Amino acid sequence: MYVYDQYDQHIIEDRVRQFRDQTRRYLAGELSEEEFRPLRLQNGLYVQRYAPMLRVAVPYGLLSSRQLRKLAQIARDYDKGYAHISTRQNVQFNWPELEDVPEILAELATVQMHAIQTSGNCIRNTTTDQFAGVAHDELVDPRPWCEIIRQWSTFHPEFAFLPRKFKIAVNGAVSDRAATEVHDIGLEAVRNGTGELGFRVSVGGGLGRTPIVGSFINEFLPWQHLLTYLDAVLRVYNRYGRRDNKFKARIKILVKALTPEVFAERVNAEWAHLKDGPSTLTGAEVERISRCFVDPSYQALEDQDATLARLDAEHPGFARWRARNVVAHKKPGYAAVTLSLKPTGTAPGDITDKQLDALAELADRYSFGEVRNSHEQNIILADVEQARLFELWGELRELGFATPNVGLLTDIICCPGGDYCSLANAKSIPIAEAIQRRFDDLDYLFDIGELDLNISGCMNACGHHHVGHIGILGVDKKGAEFYQVSLGGSASRDASLGQILGPSFAQEEMAEVIEKIVTVYVEKRIEDERFIDTFRRIGIEPFKERVYAANH
Amino acid sequence: MQRIIKNGQVIDETWHLLDKDATLDGLSNSDDLIVPLALWREHAHALKVRDGGLGVWLDSHEEVEEIAEDLGNFRVIALNFPSFTDGRHYSSARLLRERYGYQGEIRAIGDVLRDQLFFMQRCGFDAFAIRADRDPHDALQGLQDFSVCYQAAADQAPLFRRRQA
Repeated sequence: MYVYDQYDQHIIEDRVRQFRDQTRRYLAGELSEEEFRPLRLQNGLYVQRYAPMLRVAVPYGLLSSRQLRKLAQIARDYDKGYAHISTRQNVQFNWPELEDVPEILAELATVQMHAIQTSGNCIRNTTTDQFAGVAHDELVDPRPWCEIIRQWSTFHPEFAFLPRKFKIAVNGAVSDRAATEVHDIGLEAVRNGTGELGFRVSVGGGLGRTPIVGSFINEFLPWQHLLTYLDAVLRVYNRYGRRDNKFKARIKILVKALTPEVFAERVNAEWAHLKDGPSTLTGAEVERISRCFVDPSYQALEDQDATLARLDAEHPGFARWRARNVVAHKKPGYAAVTLSLKPTGTAPGDITDKQLDALAELADRYSFGEVRNSHEQNIILADVEQARLFELWGELRELGFATPNVGLLTDIICCPGGDYCSLANAKSIPIAEAIQRRFDDLDYLFDIGELDLNISGCMNACGHHHVGHIGILGVDKKGAEFYQVSLGGSASRDASLGQILGPSFAQEEMAEVIEKIVTVYVEKRIEDERFIDTFRRIGIEPFKERVYAANH
Repeated sequence: MQRIIKNGQVIDETWHLLDKDATLDGLSNSDDLIVPLALWREHAHALKVRDGGLGVWLDSHEEVEEIAEDLGNFRVIALNFPSFTDGRHYSSARLLRERYGYQGEIRAIGDVLRDQLFFMQRCGFDAFAIRADRDPHDALQGLQDFSVCYQAAADQAPLFRRRQA
């Protein structure tokens, strides 16, 4: 992973000093609430229902074991022993004291971590494929490009007060596991006919109140011009994005208002001035950064298909876990393992300080000392020897990380919701739990197969409900919490937004509603068809009829 | 008398900032004036022949392209921040410096506070009229917030062109 040199370290230490002084001035009454707000948000600090929430940046989801141990210590010393993996691959603490935040940032800086731009109307953490660098279907490793974008966007002086937040995702594989098309800017690393590397650029995708799939405005942006092009897009947005209404301030509204074609023309006109300027990337810089992402010292191993098949036969639980939580690796004899943070009864994405410490230990022993957070709120050990999978499975079961549900209905993406968040209309965690309890039969869960179920407690869509195959949105109806269901969303390469099923439901009806929807799918599916494919074939009507049929 | 930050020091203000609805009536001939864009558009000639110094100010929705041809007439260009969260003029300042080569003073006016100064300076502002209820001496410290910057702006090339192992 990227290792700081003295320059990077200076920058985060300067930040700690700056924020310590800002906090002091706020507490001394020298900064008003309103003046402090954007400053604390740009440091990931929200004032929540019960306590502040601090969002710590995990650039493109990568963490070292040393960083995990620091997060464990912070969870213990400043939180109630919990951390939470967010849908932007970041880590959140829900119970720190505002007065302690400068000290937490100082602690983080000792392990090359920070909370810079994890909130606020600025460029947020760049996200990518959780299997970057190890995926069998990868064309270009997106991590060096994510790091280049991280450095460019960190304290970018021109874009600290944008109309609204701004999110960039990079993908370099055949499958789009980074949901790039629902980002303000989506970058797909590609090679052209002559083997040159470049990016296919989409803009104006996003979830929230006005969900929309992005539009491609550049089919091949040569890598040298990545930063000047991003500067051009951001400048057009900074100057012309709406600032009169925060619900119409995202870039997607500007792109839609101008049309993608006109927006692209504006960007090109701006870019004509910036192209080939000082921000043009050099081969030397790309190489310097890429050196941080070379392969670890893999051994020459062979795939263990026969041994694993034998173990599968002897241990059905292992077979289940392997089927769901283990994926192929580009190197023979290795596998990438997803640790599920979605056991029933735990808030999706939550992890305790003890688990974090244990995870650090596992990372050191099994996976070159590194892990990755996924936007589905799970954690990945990316470089595990196949010959050690059985042993690892045993350890993961002890730690509560081996729920074999990755990609299944109970692997729910869920925001913290009304239990924690002051923006939420409704609770989301209890809904997730009720659904997990309803589908606690593993055979049935496996039979249902791949199904993304996403829950957001309000239309800000932190739980990405629009792109869930089944999406659930908390809504407020005259002061009571209700839930709207949508079907047919997808964050993959064939991205689509869910269609609303109909009138919303009360909390206690939700598990039943989901069960009915799944039953329709099971009845109507053809062979191995996934839920999303059945939905696309038969449409929303059969689901509607079943769910809203008068009860007899 | 208001004091402003100019080139990293607190100095006495000598310019008069005219309101948005200012007219030519009764304008002093010899004072240094920063006039609203509308007045410049209407009365460029009359303003040019005065003896006093001339500057212009743009509100946050007014674009630098409107004065791009006229820059030689202005010793000061003031860019207004109606609220410090309105970031449009960060782009304006960079355009003035980097695209149009403006060498005169670029001054931040309006809701200008210590914690914005570092970024403003990087975008090409060299003068800051700190909001009247705040101490400009305190705000000066904001110019020193960071010792290293990653990306290019009006002040320097990107770190990757300067970085030494």
